[in-house]
Amino acid sequence: MPRFSCGDRVQIARRDCAEHHRVPDYVKGKTGHIERVCVPFGQPEKLALGLDGKPFQMLYRVRLEQADLWESYAGSPGDTLEIEIFEHWLEPAADA
Amino acid sequence: MSPDRHKPHDLGGLPAGPIDREEHDLAHWEQRIDAMVSLCFSKGVLHDVAELRVGIEALGPDAYDKLGYYERWAASIANRLVSKEVLTRRELDERIEVIRARRGDS
Amino acid sequence: MSDEHTHPPPRPDDLEPHSYHALLGLALSELLIEKGIYTADEERRMIEKLDSITPAEGARVVARAWCDPDFKQRLLEDGNSALRELGIDHVDTELTVLENTAEIHNTVVCTLCSCYPRRLLGRPPAWYKSKPYRSRVVREPRTVLKEFGTDISTDREIRVHDSTAELRYLVIPIRPAGTADWSEEDLARIVSRDAMIGVAEIPSQ
Repeated sequence: MPRFSCGDRVQIARRDCAEHHRVPDYVKGKTGHIERVCVPFGQPEKLALGLDGKPFQMLYRVRLEQADLWESYAGSPGDTLEIEIFEHWLEPAADA
Repeated sequence: MSPDRHKPHDLGGLPAGPIDREEHDLAHWEQRIDAMVSLCFSKGVLHDVAELRVGIEALGPDAYDKLGYYERWAASIANRLVSKEVLTRRELDERIEVIRARRGDS
Repeated sequence: MSDEHTHPPPRPDDLEPHSYHALLGLALSELLIEKGIYTADEERRMIEKLDSITPAEGARVVARAWCDPDFKQRLLEDGNSALRELGIDHVDTELTVLENTAEIHNTVVCTLCSCYPRRLLGRPPAWYKSKPYRSRVVREPRTVLKEFGTDISTDREIRVHDSTAELRYLVIPIRPAGTADWSEEDLARIVSRDAMIGVAEIPSQ
């Protein structure tokens, strides 16, 4: 049962993580909304160690406003960025 | 920049210069590396590309400046296969010397 | 153990200048073949297979999407499944198709490494894997696109997609003016790799 649905406001976790993980620093701690619920995949942290990646985690696509990501973003106010984030890196947004 | 931003592969948002759009064909050895990754997966020697990505991430901050794309993959594949005992570092070192001698480099 | 008397004959690679890591790559190839992990023939065939995939595959998909709105809808909903209709096997990753419109221009990057829809576009160009592209396109997409000669008007949204996990992205560029009665084959010929990555548009014909 996916924890989040399309349209939910979510925050990407800001965690110190020395292991291999697929969350770029520039989105950590940022808030956006679920654009798409994908399907479960193996956890990159575990796959990197040669393990089978279980328990699989739901993968989502999160849409973020560029103006929220960058100080003095120089593009258009409506510009966005979409990124794939696993469920174990997402929390409900504080302003949800 | 945040304090835990220490990984050299995590490039999004960093300042950088112009993009060099020059393209060239792969050298033969680069083609071999490309094929090697696919074959190692299909033969079950490696199970997921994450095993190699983590190896590239562990090459250290200079890797992106000093090594080209396929050089980083070669380094990561070597490290991973040695740690899985598919081959040894000594075998690699000795073979490199053989190749150098064959080419007349040494 | 190396033996001076049993060196194999020089191979094409031997004639190229080589760094230490390039030699490491050659050593890996020779040892893996000797240890029976794979054969020299399998290596050769895999190289040929990887060489044979060009952006023409992706262009075929785009041209079909332009000509057949129902196919385009299926492509947008389930890329892997729609590709099978064209006899293209997209496995291991999920093909996610992005449609450029009057309102939205899509651009794709992998900031963490070099994830790319290889099954449809072949090998990524060096610039796609480079530090400057991966660093800058998420932060200043309009400036980067201008460097590629692509000017997106400010009343259109630029949507950048960072390919961080198991999805791979193909952009359907806007079908250019002057192509209304073209065949699918002719349309496929004008679909560029850069337009399918999202750093270019296809000019009017």
